[in-house]
Amino acid sequence: MAADHGGPDDGHTHFETPEHERTWIDDPKNVNKIVYALYAVCALLVLIDPFVHKHGKFEIEHYWGFYAFYGFVGCVALVLVAKWMRTILMRPEDYYDE
Amino acid sequence: MSELFSSLGLGELNPGVIVIVGALLIPFLSGVVRSAYMLAIPVIAFVHLSGLPMGDLGQVGLFDMTLTTLRVDKLSFLFGTVFFIATFIGVIYALHVGDWMQHVCGLIYAGSAIGAVFAGDFVTLFVFWELTAISSVFLIWASRTPSADAAGLRYLVIQIGSGVILLAGVLFYYRETGSIAFNKLDVETLSGQLILVAFGIKCAFPLLHNWLQDAYPEATVTGTVMLSAFTTKLAIYALARGYAGTEMLITIGAIMAAFPVFHALIENNLRRVLAYSLNSQLGFMVIGIGIGTELSISGAAAHAFCSTIYKALLFMSVGAVLYRVGTAKASELGGLYRSMPWTTGFCAVGAASISAFPLFSGFVSKSLIMSAAMKEGYLWVWLVLLFASVGAFQHTGVKVPYSAFFAQDSGKRCEEAPMNMLIAMGIAAFLCIGIGVYPAPLYALLPYDISYAPYTVEHVVTQVQLLIFSALAFTVMMRNGIYPPELKSVNLDTDWFYRRPGHALAQFANRFRVYTWSFVADGVVNGATKAYNILHRHAGPDGLFGRTWPTGTMAFWTTVMLGAVVIAGFFKISG
Repeated sequence: MAADHGGPDDGHTHFETPEHERTWIDDPKNVNKIVYALYAVCALLVLIDPFVHKHGKFEIEHYWGFYAFYGFVGCVALVLVAKWMRTILMRPEDYYDE
Repeated sequence: MSELFSSLGLGELNPGVIVIVGALLIPFLSGVVRSAYMLAIPVIAFVHLSGLPMGDLGQVGLFDMTLTTLRVDKLSFLFGTVFFIATFIGVIYALHVGDWMQHVCGLIYAGSAIGAVFAGDFVTLFVFWELTAISSVFLIWASRTPSADAAGLRYLVIQIGSGVILLAGVLFYYRETGSIAFNKLDVETLSGQLILVAFGIKCAFPLLHNWLQDAYPEATVTGTVMLSAFTTKLAIYALARGYAGTEMLITIGAIMAAFPVFHALIENNLRRVLAYSLNSQLGFMVIGIGIGTELSISGAAAHAFCSTIYKALLFMSVGAVLYRVGTAKASELGGLYRSMPWTTGFCAVGAASISAFPLFSGFVSKSLIMSAAMKEGYLWVWLVLLFASVGAFQHTGVKVPYSAFFAQDSGKRCEEAPMNMLIAMGIAAFLCIGIGVYPAPLYALLPYDISYAPYTVEHVVTQVQLLIFSALAFTVMMRNGIYPPELKSVNLDTDWFYRRPGHALAQFANRFRVYTWSFVADGVVNGATKAYNILHRHAGPDGLFGRTWPTGTMAFWTTVMLGAVVIAGFFKISG
């Protein structure tokens, strides 16, 4: 759709960070470590779920892993709908310039 | 301090007036003295407030009515307190700004918001309500760009419009009840409906919302921080006072909480992302007010308190980036954690707070509203709130810090934010964590005595599950290229209607208005205009605000004249 409106582009200059400025987090291996840690925490959170006593009055809340499921699906739905909205609502940056 | 004011016969002075009058002396000071003076203003006014007894004070007769210029109770005290905190932080954040005009307007704006919160009657409320609009627009115009000029004017028209509708509602209310006391209103009556619309505009209700996303990102770096704190939270206060338990607010709030989330996710300008995210947070509070139980209203008040501080913190961190790098567009940023590690850290605290991570302030306030929705059995509202929480985590908790400070390195390098900005952010961050870790003092301020324990295993685990799995979804989509990239773009919202088809009409109307008004003003307020003109000339050697003053003056006098004429005419009729 970008071409339809005179081409908003992603504007990133794809700058290459110089060697001496690189830190721990610039190494993809370390980013992977963070991601694996996240997977592990997720697994743990789902596994402990049955042991957490929930007092809420909605039945849905008592399903195993409800909050985890809702957080994940909610986020995916949000992203997909927002992406779709771009096809309708997005305009070039100078759209309102008179 | 109260003794000092008492000895002057001002023992029952509305603390907002102290801030407003105090602001007027700023132009005569400079350097360190000015800085110290500006910091002292909110402190002195707050000390005065702390010494006041609870109750209806400062009663003044006007015609056959009694104005209650100062009402101190738990609700007004809570909002007043957080407004003072925001004022103090906002002043520190802006200390490096040389332009005295911005300081004066910023403090008059803060003072009028504080004044409005302590207004016990509608006439007092109206005066401060309009003053917030008129003073705050200069924080937008002070950017001195053509787009800020235009956005400021749109903002002013809408804000003044809110005041005019409020005035109309108040007149009907007086007719219906014979009273001007600002208490619970009935949405079944015409006055109740008009006043609800007036509040709704300032509160950024759905379809009445777009002034917020339009104007706030156009204000100056420091101005946006002030703006984010007052106008909308004042409206939340007014709704809590007048419309607690009004069922339709639940639906309105749910729409408000959910819809801005989508816009926020695809918006490129990070200050506009924060404006959408602010709008969504207001939705939480509106729902709390609509449910109307002691727990939910306390939740709305608590969330307004916490949200004011973390939102200011987020606007400050993005503002610091804008100040140093010259842009707040996500597509042009990235990798700034190298240059601005402190700002990055403070932004992360704000992000964690709005995401409601345990031990941060959002967690202890948002959960009150969520629990109230559950307790009253509003399943769909509860699901919407959960979704909006996921959204807040995505668009503000992840997107703002990630795209500005991490993401793809933009190659931009800059200095860390100035010391005064870091101190202001530090104080806000400290409060976000402090309230999150130890919420008892906040809970003690709430309008009702509620016994609520936010830190149960159930609350903590379920909230962490929600957020961490949302983070998982973000990670998976980011690594697979599904997550939408930051694009140089604007997204249409309701402002399209008045910025495109309405534009020609507005131009015509504006020309007509300028012509008519100059005609009227010459005859009626010549003297006042002359006095005003002298002020203009002193506003700056090179015509500071040159382009925007006439419109601002016009709007100001239009309102004052309109208000005066309507009130005078009304009493003539009723008398």
